[in-house]
Amino acid sequence: MSTTPLALGFLVVGMGIATYAIRLSLILLLGRLTVPPLVQRALRFVPPAVLSALIFPDLLLPGGTVMSSLGNPRLLAGALAGVVAWKSKNALLAIAVGMVALWVLQALLRV
Amino acid sequence: MGAHRREFLAGVKAELPILLGVNPFGMIYGVLALSAGLPATLAFAMSSVVFAGSAQFVAAQLIGTGAPGIVILVTTVIVNLRHVLYSASVAPHLKHLNTRWKCLLAYFLTDEVYAVAITRAAQSGASPSGPPSLRWYFLGAGLAQWSAWQTSTLVGIGLGTQIPPGWALDFAIALTFIALVIPTLTDRPTVAAALSAGIVAVLTAAWPYKLGLVAAAVVGILVGLLVEGKPKPGAPRP
Repeated sequence: MSTTPLALGFLVVGMGIATYAIRLSLILLLGRLTVPPLVQRALRFVPPAVLSALIFPDLLLPGGTVMSSLGNPRLLAGALAGVVAWKSKNALLAIAVGMVALWVLQALLRV
Repeated sequence: MGAHRREFLAGVKAELPILLGVNPFGMIYGVLALSAGLPATLAFAMSSVVFAGSAQFVAAQLIGTGAPGIVILVTTVIVNLRHVLYSASVAPHLKHLNTRWKCLLAYFLTDEVYAVAITRAAQSGASPSGPPSLRWYFLGAGLAQWSAWQTSTLVGIGLGTQIPPGWALDFAIALTFIALVIPTLTDRPTVAAALSAGIVAVLTAAWPYKLGLVAAAVVGILVGLLVEGKPKPGAPRP
């Protein structure tokens, strides 16, 4: 990681300003600006799209190359966490199960 | 003044059950921000300055992979775009307030505080201006969540320095995203958006500056819109 603390500091401030501006936007501009219907429809696809774009490479490309085999503990542990999240609707339980599964699988594969 | 205090405390109380879920995430964020390479002061500053859980997780992950600042900023904006809807939604209830109050409350407009505040505003009935003390309720909920987020981040940062790297805690970021994405997959369009974005992200993983992430998000959103199809109210059905 080559990013300097100063650059990271600017980044944090920039993220803060962007987030605050988004939150304040229509509270201040109500009546002068409306959200177009297409954007309103698009917004609900933001979380599944962005989160999946972060998840898939993490699970499928752990070392930079595609690993879809059973020898990929991250893929297996992640899939298990997904099933737990779906069945239990409990995010923290899913994270805990996925983490423990990764440790167990890593220990098994190392043997 | 008594009414204001009562509303403020009612807002705090409404937020408390939510904090049971928020606190562990603040701790996980603190741990992960350190393991991503953020200095402790900046990891904490992000919780105070940005105050947006999912954007902070995403930023920590991207900082850890060495993504350039502009990509992290653009991603933050994409992840937080949903707050435009919250802003529009609470605006009619806050329009009678002065600018100082509007600017103060906007800072607290997270997913959780929005959920609590808009529920209260809806309960207050048909009055478009909301109850006279909605701002105190909003402020109570906001400050409760803000305090919990700051303290749990601090606890996570404290723990983070104690945890050996062999625990592969970076994987908890992916797990957190998995736990967050599953409830958003409610119908075919959202599943299509998730799958297409994921596949594009894998195919574009070698792109420089993490631009593949932005491309994947855009493709996923477009695919979601396409699968959903254009709603045609009043159009003759075949």
